Amino acid sequence: MTRVVITGMGWITPLGNNLETVWKRMCNSESAIATIDRFDASSFPTTFAGQVRDFDWKEYVKDALVHNEPAMNSQFALGAARQAWDQSGLGECKDLDLERAGIYLGAGEGVLDFSAHSMIDTHSWDVEDGKINAVAWAEFAREKLDEWGEVEQEPNMSLWHVAKEYGLQGPAFNCLTACAASTQAIGEAVSVLQAGDADVMLSGGTHTMLHALGITGFNRLTALSTFNGDPKKASKPFSKDRGGFVMGEGSGMLVLETLEHALARGATPLAEIVGFGSSADAYRITDLHPEGRGPAAAIRNALSQANIDPTATIEGKPPVQYISAHGTSTQENDSIETKAIKLVFGDNAPNVPVSSIKSMMGHLIAAAGSVELITCVMSIQTGMLAPTINLDNPDPELDLDYVPNVARKAEVDCCVSNSFGFGGQNNTLVVRRYEP
Amino acid sequence: MPERQEQIVISGVGVITCFGVGIELLWDAMIEGRTGLKRIERFDPSGFSSQIAGELPEDDFKVRKIVPKSHRKATKVMCRDTELAVGAAADAVKSAGLTTAATSDEPPTIAPDRVGCHIGAGLISAEVNELGAALVTSKKEDGTFDLAHWGAEGMQNLTPLWLLKYLPNMLACHVTIVHNSQGPSNTITCCEASSGLSIAESRRVIRRGDADACLSGGAEDRVNPLALYRQHCTGRLVDSDGSGDMSALITPFANDASGTAIGEGGGILIVEANSSCTKRGGSPWCTIDGVGCRQSFTNSPLDADPGALASATNKALVEANCDASEIDVIVPLGSGIKQLDDAEREGLTVVFGDRLPTIPTITTIPYTGNCMAGNGAIALSVAAKSIKEQQIPARLGATETDGIDAGRYESTQMRINKVLVISPSEGGQCVAIVLGKVQA
Repeated sequence: MTRVVITGMGWITPLGNNLETVWKRMCNSESAIATIDRFDASSFPTTFAGQVRDFDWKEYVKDALVHNEPAMNSQFALGAARQAWDQSGLGECKDLDLERAGIYLGAGEGVLDFSAHSMIDTHSWDVEDGKINAVAWAEFAREKLDEWGEVEQEPNMSLWHVAKEYGLQGPAFNCLTACAASTQAIGEAVSVLQAGDADVMLSGGTHTMLHALGITGFNRLTALSTFNGDPKKASKPFSKDRGGFVMGEGSGMLVLETLEHALARGATPLAEIVGFGSSADAYRITDLHPEGRGPAAAIRNALSQANIDPTATIEGKPPVQYISAHGTSTQENDSIETKAIKLVFGDNAPNVPVSSIKSMMGHLIAAAGSVELITCVMSIQTGMLAPTINLDNPDPELDLDYVPNVARKAEVDCCVSNSFGFGGQNNTLVVRRYEP
Repeated sequence: MPERQEQIVISGVGVITCFGVGIELLWDAMIEGRTGLKRIERFDPSGFSSQIAGELPEDDFKVRKIVPKSHRKATKVMCRDTELAVGAAADAVKSAGLTTAATSDEPPTIAPDRVGCHIGAGLISAEVNELGAALVTSKKEDGTFDLAHWGAEGMQNLTPLWLLKYLPNMLACHVTIVHNSQGPSNTITCCEASSGLSIAESRRVIRRGDADACLSGGAEDRVNPLALYRQHCTGRLVDSDGSGDMSALITPFANDASGTAIGEGGGILIVEANSSCTKRGGSPWCTIDGVGCRQSFTNSPLDADPGALASATNKALVEANCDASEIDVIVPLGSGIKQLDDAEREGLTVVFGDRLPTIPTITTIPYTGNCMAGNGAIALSVAAKSIKEQQIPARLGATETDGIDAGRYESTQMRINKVLVISPSEGGQCVAIVLGKVQA
């Protein structure tokens, strides 16, 4: 079987915009959650989020003019991809076959201009008919909407920008499976490499829903935390008083390569992706299956592909040393995820550290999985586990080792990264220390 | 993830277009040369320069009637795109002769965890009436929008599950619930290439052993003001108020092609391992012999790259172990968008050379409009039907086309062993798929 390794990583996150800074801040248990200042959210049920700051996408591209005006999600993608590409050294690879260099993103849609849309919809509203006057709507749309901004709304536009920046001309996909998208993208990118359709795949995710309509949508779902009094304490996965997730934004990108290709050009593998599992809950549109059927299947399938028996021990220790949880801080997710981990790992479950970095940077939606996979690789490389912060009041029903509040030293060779999305999307990756 | 190199087949075809649910309705129209394009009726399109669409009258398709009783309540949170996907999936399952949770209480033909789902979806545009009704409650007396009121009170006028209607993966979500398919599920969002890339992914998932069959394809609805406006922004739409001869309006590959029309629809195909299909006594429509995917390298995401299209096609041919001379029919996107048509013709010329003008093409967009994420599934369904019937349907459009056989033509019977289906997309993704006749 073709082995696939990671040779480059990059991220743009609420905790910072490079690998070292973000990892350091995570290991210091810092929170990036703060009051939203991108729009006036002061009257919203949720007034805070994890917001990317001090970021200028133009610093990450060769020629900004090539990209016209990318939407914010594409800006994040360009920033993260530059870091990953540079770390991989592919820019120095003179004989890279660009038709065998592909891209698979789990990218979200562009940012909706809520100010313009709200004006258009309200001004074209026909009170007597109780509906929009479509003719007036079209007139206002032409007047108020930025045409290119609407084109940039398509979820595959980030793909175009990143592919254009590096000349990638191989297999190209974008998927959008809610919060599971970038984990799924990476898993399928690995599959593309293993099928022999490419030598290199740039993969990951990017997303921002940190705009008035995005916050509105999640507020109406009552999925967001409303702990406005102390935003830094709001994201509290696995706590008894967890009250919903905290919105984040950003991008995580990884360069994936067949081991053969990486070694042939003298690249340094950072880690190896050894398993991918995907499943659908096929249960309800709003709820997870109560027994964790879908998440358990994804974790089990990923471990099976990695030839790992989760219930076995190696010299008395579990075969997996860390699980990066989806860990959203919603009542349902954290409970079901815990149940699924216990189902799969059996007696080993209490001995496998599990943490959620969403406690520190919020939920990056489509980009969450890629950032969390990078966290796993950082754990393997540095021997540290990022903590679950704000875990001061543990839920007695949730009894795993959630690495509470403080980062921990650990010998880590193999990690599991979970992502579960609205709509019953479950995806899990297994990443291992690279061994020749 | 070891790959099984076994044959993958299409064992069922489900289609939903402006002609209704089912391949037969579309096929009959295409045999007769009868377009479904007409002036938009769902809303007054007078404010747009392109006022036509391939629109399925809402009375002709009620999703509530085709879902199990247990899922009827959930239809309230389906957007039109999801309704279309659910309709096409039901048709596909029936076509393949599968028993699923939706069809009966009998045990399913294929174990639920061995059935995947890959459905291409678009940027689902919010229904402006639904959103507008909520937004208008926060309109100030001076006519401006009051964001503070919206945050505090106005948003309460949106139904709590509003967001869930518009997540692209809700098409697959509803389909997997209705049919209890618990295998790998994904939502490809690559505009016109979405369906083809979904088929490619289903094939890869089956070959790596993660499923035996997949519900695969795509669906999209562009017949609402916001979606129509977004297509206007691309400059790709033909000007028309719906008067005149609609069958001559979209002219793929004509020198004076002036744009495309929107549509709503899509298709779900049952992509299945041949061993699974044989074991259950299924009847494949055709084989999926080769797939190629490439990214365009262009100066605009709205343009297609002939080189990428040629490369994708060559990859598909290599996988199919098939020489270009063996392709009997080509189903291009054929959108009537001049830049895309020119890129397709140039790319195909690279592959087929002087033979290109002698290979008949099938173009669907003049019949159905451009259904974007659903378009490729419609094209693949028609290609599969052509193989099954050994017939190509009539073509609409221009009288003549240069360098490619894509002008107006009557339906004709012919020997068809291999069909190439290709699509560029807004965003630059290109996909090519070679379908083959099932060999006895």
